[in-house]
Amino acid sequence: MPLLETTKVRKWFGATHAVDDVDFVVNPGELLGLIGSNGAGKTTLVNLISGLLRPDAGRIVFDGVDVTHQSVHERIREGIARSFQLVNLFDQMTALDNVALTIFARQGKTRRLAALADRDRAVLDEAMEVLQRFGLESKARMLAGGLAQGERKLLDVALAYALRPKLLFLDEPTSGVSTREKAPIMDIVTAIVRTGGITAVVIEHDMDVVFTYSDRIVAMHEGTILADGTPDEIRRNEQVTTTLIGTAVE
Amino acid sequence: MSAARAGGLLSGGRVGIGAALVLALGAAPFVLPPFQTIQLSYGLIFGIAALGFNLLLGYAGLLSFGHSAFFGVGAYSAAMLVKYAGVTSMEVFVLAGVFFSAVTAAVFGAVCVRYTRIFFSILMLALSQVLWSLALKLFWVTGGTDGLRVPTPALLGGQVAAAFGRAEDKVAFLSYRYYYYVLALFLICAAAMWVIVNSPFGKALQAIRDNETRAEFVGVEVRKCRWVALVVSGAFTGLAGTLWVPLNGLTTPDILYWPFSGKIVFFVVLGGFRTFLGPVLGAIVFNYLETYAIGFTVYWQMVLGVMLVLLVLTMPAGLMGTLAPLVARRRPEPG
Repeated sequence: MPLLETTKVRKWFGATHAVDDVDFVVNPGELLGLIGSNGAGKTTLVNLISGLLRPDAGRIVFDGVDVTHQSVHERIREGIARSFQLVNLFDQMTALDNVALTIFARQGKTRRLAALADRDRAVLDEAMEVLQRFGLESKARMLAGGLAQGERKLLDVALAYALRPKLLFLDEPTSGVSTREKAPIMDIVTAIVRTGGITAVVIEHDMDVVFTYSDRIVAMHEGTILADGTPDEIRRNEQVTTTLIGTAVE
Repeated sequence: MSAARAGGLLSGGRVGIGAALVLALGAAPFVLPPFQTIQLSYGLIFGIAALGFNLLLGYAGLLSFGHSAFFGVGAYSAAMLVKYAGVTSMEVFVLAGVFFSAVTAAVFGAVCVRYTRIFFSILMLALSQVLWSLALKLFWVTGGTDGLRVPTPALLGGQVAAAFGRAEDKVAFLSYRYYYYVLALFLICAAAMWVIVNSPFGKALQAIRDNETRAEFVGVEVRKCRWVALVVSGAFTGLAGTLWVPLNGLTTPDILYWPFSGKIVFFVVLGGFRTFLGPVLGAIVFNYLETYAIGFTVYWQMVLGVMLVLLVLTMPAGLMGTLAPLVARRRPEPG
């Protein structure tokens, strides 16, 4: 049974068919690459699945539960988490506070008014452990706004990871970082995802990254799914090659 | 957010400054004339309202133009208990004031917290003006523009008066016993608010203020947190209104009118909404400025307005936001 299944999901913005009756499947344990040119509908699809946008039509089933009309909060409880294309952090808080807040939220402790956050050892220890996994422990006391772009990207993913999701959407985890930083970031992220048994969907423009790290690739074009297959199948797919990849991937 | 840092929040220096301030406030009735002590009581009461207001503005990023409603509900709760139930106990006033202002805030919140920025501000303003017009029009209940009188209340079930064993005039009561009553509640409120803003809930509010979308995507229940913040904020402001009414002796619809909401906003902006105690300092300073401007000239609004504009222009971070870094810079380096 797939972990996630969308049926005829649609989102139109006026005349623009951002996502047009898309049937999309994510299987448990896989690392899926979602590719497509700008405006293909990748981020809109993720926004629909994560709850940032409401679909005009269609159905989204996650882990056997229809989440189509659930709030973001409810979907997080079900196990869907995401990072953002443009790094989305609490810049006035330290890296440790960013992660700790996420853990507080996951544990339902953000309803607590009569306890000092700084005294919750268990949460702080777990937050530090998460930062260690992402190689950010030395930056724990730094304000998130003061971190380098690559570190901010990792922290963005770390926040989603701290929610202990079943399905993690990574929206362009290497965009805006130098070519040299891309592989180390993806190495860290994929290692964490695979060892944690997390299913992940990586949206990427960098075809080298997608073809190196993905188990399966879905290609989108103009709001529809153009192709779906293993990296080798996608590489050989003429439609994908002419529409999206050109001669970039040999 | 380590334990070490938590210790840092209560570092020796801060504890020392806090203890000195509490001692100074405690000694005020012995060193200041009654008029000044009463002014300080007003300042502390407005400080409680400012602390409550700043939970919304400084920590949740919501600017309310309707906090006069909660202050007024607190004041009218006490006044109506006197008029319709013959109650004189200050503790009953406090419980009723906090309860009814919290309920009012809960109702306002049900309507307003789904909105932010100017929409939230205007909705709060509109709802508060509904209460103002009710207080004005239902004169057979509220006394209309004449308001309702509140005589000297009994503190701690009359135990305080019994302990002293003699009658005293109102000025002596307000500048001594009532001052300490207000001071005690102010300290409790400040401590409670300090815990709230440093709690996981307080951190969630700051996260919502800084990045609402991300806060939602790390699992923070944004609307619920905002609603709770508004209820707590309303309860603090309502308590301030309840404490204010025996000091003033009378409550009228003026305290429900929008300029009073503006005054609360000004306490906080003047003191510095990015600091914990800035709003309290702003409330005390504003009260003194207003009192002396009224005594100085009939054009006191103009004088006060010019002074406040100058203060805001020269100190955009507020009094505390400007002064605290200067004090920190002057402090000698350890070792």
